[in-house]
Amino acid sequence: MTEKRFNSLPGFGLTMGYTLLYLSVIVLLPLGGLMLRVLQLSWPEFWRLATAPRALAAYELTFGASLVAAGINAVFGTLMAWVLVRYEFPGRRFLDALVDFPFALPTAVAGLTLASLFSANGWLGRFLVPLGIHGAFTSLGVVIALTFIGLPFVVRTLQPVLENLEHEVEEAAATLGAGRLRTFVSVIAPTLLPAVLTGFALALARAIGEYGSVIFIAGNKPFESEIAPLLIVIKLEEYDYPGALALALVLLAISFLLLIGINLLERWARRRQG
Amino acid sequence: MSIELRNVTKRFGGVAAVNNVSFTVQEGELMALLGPSGGGKTTVLRMIAGLEVPSSGDLFIRRQRVNDIPVQRRNIGFVFQNYALFKNMTVFGNVAFGLKIQRWRRQDIAARVAELLEVFELTGLERRYPHQLSGGQRQRVAIARALASKPSVLLLDEPFGAVDAKIRQELREWLVRLHHELNVTTIFVTHDQEEAMEVANRIVIFSRGNLEQVGTPREVYEQPANEFVARFIGVMNVLDLEVRSGVARLHELEFPAPGLADGQRVRIGFRPYAVQLASDVAQFRYRAVIRHTFFLGIMLRLELELASGLILRARITKEEYARLGLADDREVSFQISQYRVLGNEAAALAPEQAVADPPRLAVTDNL
Amino acid sequence: MTGTRQPIERADVGRTPRGAEEPRWVKGLLIAAALAFVLVFLLLPLANVFAQAFAKGWTYCAQSLLDADTRAAIRLTLAVAAITVPLNLLFGLAAAWAIAKFEFRGKSLLITLIDLPFSVSPVVAGLVFVILFGRQGYLGPWLEAHDVQVIFALPGMVLATVFVTFPFVARELIPVMQATGTEQEEAALTLGANGWQTFWHVTLPSVKWGLLYGVILCNARAMGEFGAVSVVSGHITGLTDTLPLRVEKLYHDYNLTAAFTVAGLLALLALLTLVLKTLLEWKQARDDGRVEREPETPTA
Repeated sequence: MTEKRFNSLPGFGLTMGYTLLYLSVIVLLPLGGLMLRVLQLSWPEFWRLATAPRALAAYELTFGASLVAAGINAVFGTLMAWVLVRYEFPGRRFLDALVDFPFALPTAVAGLTLASLFSANGWLGRFLVPLGIHGAFTSLGVVIALTFIGLPFVVRTLQPVLENLEHEVEEAAATLGAGRLRTFVSVIAPTLLPAVLTGFALALARAIGEYGSVIFIAGNKPFESEIAPLLIVIKLEEYDYPGALALALVLLAISFLLLIGINLLERWARRRQG
Repeated sequence: MSIELRNVTKRFGGVAAVNNVSFTVQEGELMALLGPSGGGKTTVLRMIAGLEVPSSGDLFIRRQRVNDIPVQRRNIGFVFQNYALFKNMTVFGNVAFGLKIQRWRRQDIAARVAELLEVFELTGLERRYPHQLSGGQRQRVAIARALASKPSVLLLDEPFGAVDAKIRQELREWLVRLHHELNVTTIFVTHDQEEAMEVANRIVIFSRGNLEQVGTPREVYEQPANEFVARFIGVMNVLDLEVRSGVARLHELEFPAPGLADGQRVRIGFRPYAVQLASDVAQFRYRAVIRHTFFLGIMLRLELELASGLILRARITKEEYARLGLADDREVSFQISQYRVLGNEAAALAPEQAVADPPRLAVTDNL
Repeated sequence: MTGTRQPIERADVGRTPRGAEEPRWVKGLLIAAALAFVLVFLLLPLANVFAQAFAKGWTYCAQSLLDADTRAAIRLTLAVAAITVPLNLLFGLAAAWAIAKFEFRGKSLLITLIDLPFSVSPVVAGLVFVILFGRQGYLGPWLEAHDVQVIFALPGMVLATVFVTFPFVARELIPVMQATGTEQEEAALTLGANGWQTFWHVTLPSVKWGLLYGVILCNARAMGEFGAVSVVSGHITGLTDTLPLRVEKLYHDYNLTAAFTVAGLLALLALLTLVLKTLLEWKQARDDGRVEREPETPTA
């Protein structure tokens, strides 16, 4: 039915006008103001601020830890989604509801409790620290916090895809003689890949900007366990506006790139699903 | 309630979904808008309802121009293809909705809804929600809702599309009865020619936004205005002929075409029932072999193959088939008793009366 | 996914792994791995919050909550959420109506822009408003001259919170409204309803669970937001500390138990959010007719 058009419903002008106004006032104009401020910096100055050694160390930690955390989530998120969709076991619904816990829990609380868990006398730390695994107040802590906050993304992106997967396709593979592993590798995995990548990118985007949970667990030592968002806050508290702005622009640029990437991935995923 | 469309066009983007359409629906008619999907028929229905605004042209309801009257004030009842029942409301709530909007008094609403549910055999289901109803029940709720505030015209978009084949037949008969009892002007959209032929008083046929023909079922079947209609309604043999010295030919078939230039192309169509058969190979002018016989209840359809390889379809009753002693692979003779010239060339070719084998305009019994 | 085909040549019917299913041990292993991950990363942190909060007993816990500064933080958190959520709710409704019910050019760009705040670091979100309204900001001098305090005060914190929770309601509503299509609204119009009546009686009831869902998520984030609010708050104890900021302050004061008590309050909020969310998902599924009674036999 290509004949459908909706010009008979009222309210388009009103709602669209309000949407654009509110979007502009809350999001676009403030972000534009920030950009404008950055433009007032000269290029050499911006470059100097954005690539200061301490800043570089912060990027490295932020992106490195975010990539590792998103990677962990891609693996375990896929596993969780698979288990939740495909298997029946006691507590499945509870587990399903719990997946969103990191979305619902304030990040400060997450940071606080993770730091306490992995500290030397915490429930996990008391076993791990003697083994030389220092989860709290190190860069490893950053990875732990970012893994926690990124957990739901892959699971929630993958779940609907898995639910819509036609079981017949797998049965067809089986009738053609493919073993279960072979079926997974050549039939199921390619279908899931776009969704897994989308979830990975979403978790990555969230991790790069994350602040609240990390500062509790990371120790926050410059050049060692100091993430980029924290460095912005420190610059701001020192009234070093140009420094804060330069870093903010780098983070924003990366957010935008990721946003575009995610959009492309989602489009690809939709095409894959038909 | 008469409805008139005068040169109505509707464009979406640059595409004309409805192209310069004019027709009139008389008070009390049961009209079908028929055509393949994407033909523009639903858009026409939605324009009559006021859900779409024509890009150009005028729309009249009871001689009043209604282009600028919003849907709420046109006093129409609209039944959507998928019924569009309010999911959050009960059957009662759905049927009562329009009355509540019009601020009927509470007891009047209750009485009217009860009356409608009675008529539509829905009594006892008042408190059900749409998802607790069968397909047929949903459809009747949708029609009851549309009729609740006594509209002057009932519009139905593919009313039989969403129910399964078994109850479709019952619903068709039921719609005819309903129309007979209420005598409200009714227009429905369908892509099923059989459905339109069976239910409607008159049919409007659309294709690609153009109006192809308006007429009674019998008119559009026996006198299709063009090749599209001819092919869309029922089965048609269509021949593409070339004129040589006053005669249009295709292989051994010849039709007189006086006054036409050599090399001109002509299309001719005839219904399978117009092929007259004889077991005596000398009785009629042309010869053919019966290739296949298809059994369609009391009727049979035959596939005839001519010496040139041309295939024609013929239709014959079981009794006639037995009487003539026909069978597959038997040779027969035939003539074409009634045919039409199709397409734009119609005016150029001599009228039917001038043809050598004069067509019998009376409808044959084995239609 | 219960197949109807029966394994033919085996005696132990039902135990036979069908070709399209994993062996039992693989299933068990995968489930165990998932559970272990959840235990370490979700259940232990949650349990730890409450264990630490009650480490010094009930009375200490109660005292921490009754502390004047903590109570002020509770009030401020509620105030911020009470302003933020209705604002974003109104926006969500308007945006969803325009996007879901109409076709227009640039729709996907608009959706991307609405999602934008999700991918901006909360710290940058806060910074944006400091740049606008702070002392060295665009409007700073003017605000100072008129004695209007935005940064280090409630308005700034509300703005930052509105920014980070901007997409929640719209995001939940758009797909729900798209899924219900426009036919029900058109039906209401043909029955004489005007725009508001249609919205109120038809659209709103059919999206109510999705709407509440968005509101609950928006509220959870509004009450729990840390980074953005932290940047604009100025950390004035008893004045501009929300609950998450209070957690940080108590933690830095080495008052761990009190920090965990406040954290416990926020964790309860998170749990409540999860329960409501699950409930709403179930309601939505029921309304969609996915959880349905036995269909009636057609009597047509």
